[in-house]
Amino acid sequence: MSSTKFILGLFDDPDYMMDGIHKLQQNSVPIYDVYSPMPIHGIEAKLGIKDSRLGYAAFMFGCTGGTVAFSMLYYMLVYDWPNNIGGKPHFAIPDFVPITFEWTVLFTAFGMVATFFYATHLFPGRTPRVMDLRATDDRFIIAIDAKGNTPHEDITKILKEAGAVEIKHNDRKYVSYE
Amino acid sequence: MASHSESIIREPLITGENITYAQITNDVLRPVENKPTKAWWIGFTIASLGALLWVVAVSYTFWFGIGAWGLNKTVGWAWDITGFVWWVGIGHAGTLISAVLLLFRQNWRNSINRSAEAMTIFAVICAATYIVAHMGRPWMAVYSLPLPNQYGSLWVNFNSPLIWDVFAISTYFSVSLVFWYTGLLPDIATIRDRATGTMQKIYSVLSFGWTGSVKTWQRFETVSLILAGISTPLVLSVHTIVSMDFATSLEPGWHTTIFPPYFVAGAIFSGFAMVQTLLLVARKVLGLENYITMFHIESMNKIIILTGSIVGVAYLTEFFIAWYSGVEYEQYAFINRATGPYWWAYWSMMSCNVISPQLFWVKKWRTSIPFSWVLSIVVNIGMWFERFVIIVTSLHRDYIPSSWAMFYPTWVEVSIFIGSIGVFFTLFLLFIRVLPSVAMAEVKLLLKGSSEQAKKKVLAGGHVEPEQAQFYKESLEKFDSVEMADYAKI
Repeated sequence: MSSTKFILGLFDDPDYMMDGIHKLQQNSVPIYDVYSPMPIHGIEAKLGIKDSRLGYAAFMFGCTGGTVAFSMLYYMLVYDWPNNIGGKPHFAIPDFVPITFEWTVLFTAFGMVATFFYATHLFPGRTPRVMDLRATDDRFIIAIDAKGNTPHEDITKILKEAGAVEIKHNDRKYVSYE
Repeated sequence: MASHSESIIREPLITGENITYAQITNDVLRPVENKPTKAWWIGFTIASLGALLWVVAVSYTFWFGIGAWGLNKTVGWAWDITGFVWWVGIGHAGTLISAVLLLFRQNWRNSINRSAEAMTIFAVICAATYIVAHMGRPWMAVYSLPLPNQYGSLWVNFNSPLIWDVFAISTYFSVSLVFWYTGLLPDIATIRDRATGTMQKIYSVLSFGWTGSVKTWQRFETVSLILAGISTPLVLSVHTIVSMDFATSLEPGWHTTIFPPYFVAGAIFSGFAMVQTLLLVARKVLGLENYITMFHIESMNKIIILTGSIVGVAYLTEFFIAWYSGVEYEQYAFINRATGPYWWAYWSMMSCNVISPQLFWVKKWRTSIPFSWVLSIVVNIGMWFERFVIIVTSLHRDYIPSSWAMFYPTWVEVSIFIGSIGVFFTLFLLFIRVLPSVAMAEVKLLLKGSSEQAKKKVLAGGHVEPEQAQFYKESLEKFDSVEMADYAKI
């Protein structure tokens, strides 16, 4: 039993990496994750990753923000202490528009970004779970869990054929804990 | 796919030969990973002296009160609000570049958005200091918030544009900050993974544990797109509301419906000018000529022509409407602007904002770096005068001639203004030292399709229409970072 935990295929070109994913999938090798220094368009469909639902979250936060702002204005200006300003109506909806709009945007932005951070486990001080340090620089990395049934040499061969510049058999999952 | 072949007739967004992903990282991180240069230290020293002047002048104001300024009963708003509106205006380009140009899929934004957003944030900080400083008793700033209090609660007057402004500016600042920082995460992770020791620890905390996995990038892109979508109306709303501070009053020269679009165009105009002022220097000093190319400079100059022309039309429209309305106060306000005691401010504004940007119609000037740089400063001087003219000339002679007065600034408000420029440059210089001034991840996206080397390969491949190839080669001539000799044989 080898001590290899993860096999990493390092590519220097995103197109070769996509080819690598294709070849691995053809050979039924499950892919653990892919790390890249930039977003790769079309990779979600290839890996069968569902669309992000952050848009729905953003919409709900926006609705919340708009409702909170409008209710607050209504409570303060109309219900709690209506001021007589030159006999004008207390419930002056056009005057409520700017702040309602601003808070809709504010709640959308903060709510969505907080959801993004929460869902992706991003927060200040979190230990980065990085498999290879060049994944944020110039390497496009396919990570394969070595526990699968496919012989490691076969995986290595497939990655090499696809044009991987380096293949690593790592005994540890993350390098960044050192 | 990461690399689709882009039409050959589009100018390249990255120039230079043998640019690799690693090369981009190295080029962008050079100022972050190395000791600062002499030029940086000189700039930083001057800027911090300016910031120090700001501290002195603002402390003086808080100690002795607003009486230290040159304001009088007639002109109760002058350099303070001029400075505030000027800075808020400058703070518009960053979000415009990062949000509006993202929605329009203008890929040239990728290499300038980071520094423009940083500039936005620092400009809004400068603007915010003006709001607090002009209160004279800054601890009273809390009364602009709708907090429960012992008077009833007596709530703030939400019918007032000044209160809208509190909400607009604070929302704009915080949303811009979130947008900027989220975009920074992948690049901070790049610094982290290349660093060692303390630097790695610091950037590790700042990177929030970014890994660059597929799901992270997918969510990141969703977040960027939605933030761009909501920031676009936000950026337009901010200067609209700033203009309403004036437009909803009954002051001649202020009480006009043209103000919102006119202010927004002016804000974009001055914002792009400031981006130009900073980036033309930064690209040279930081050696980023291959990423911030002549195409970027020219594109920004084109936006300066467009917005400058909108501002020019707005000036003329104001004049026309003053005459057409038949309101004598309004008419006097405008005649007084052009021919009264502040004629010099008016004509400085007109020549800097209306005439000078029209010079950019000449391609040779538009693509000249020294000319663009000087003109960007001229535009910002003009935009400062615009706010001064709107504010001071309207106030100094309004309805009651017995109240007419002149305004003379004291050293305190002049120092606050010069000092705020120092604060701005101090923050900007610190930024380019500790954070990547170009969004590396976004520039890497362009490498395979939109770079000069990729296009050269397509040209060398030979399957390009000869006219298109010729057109492309001619478009390269304006670039200062392209070696034209290489194209002779292709």
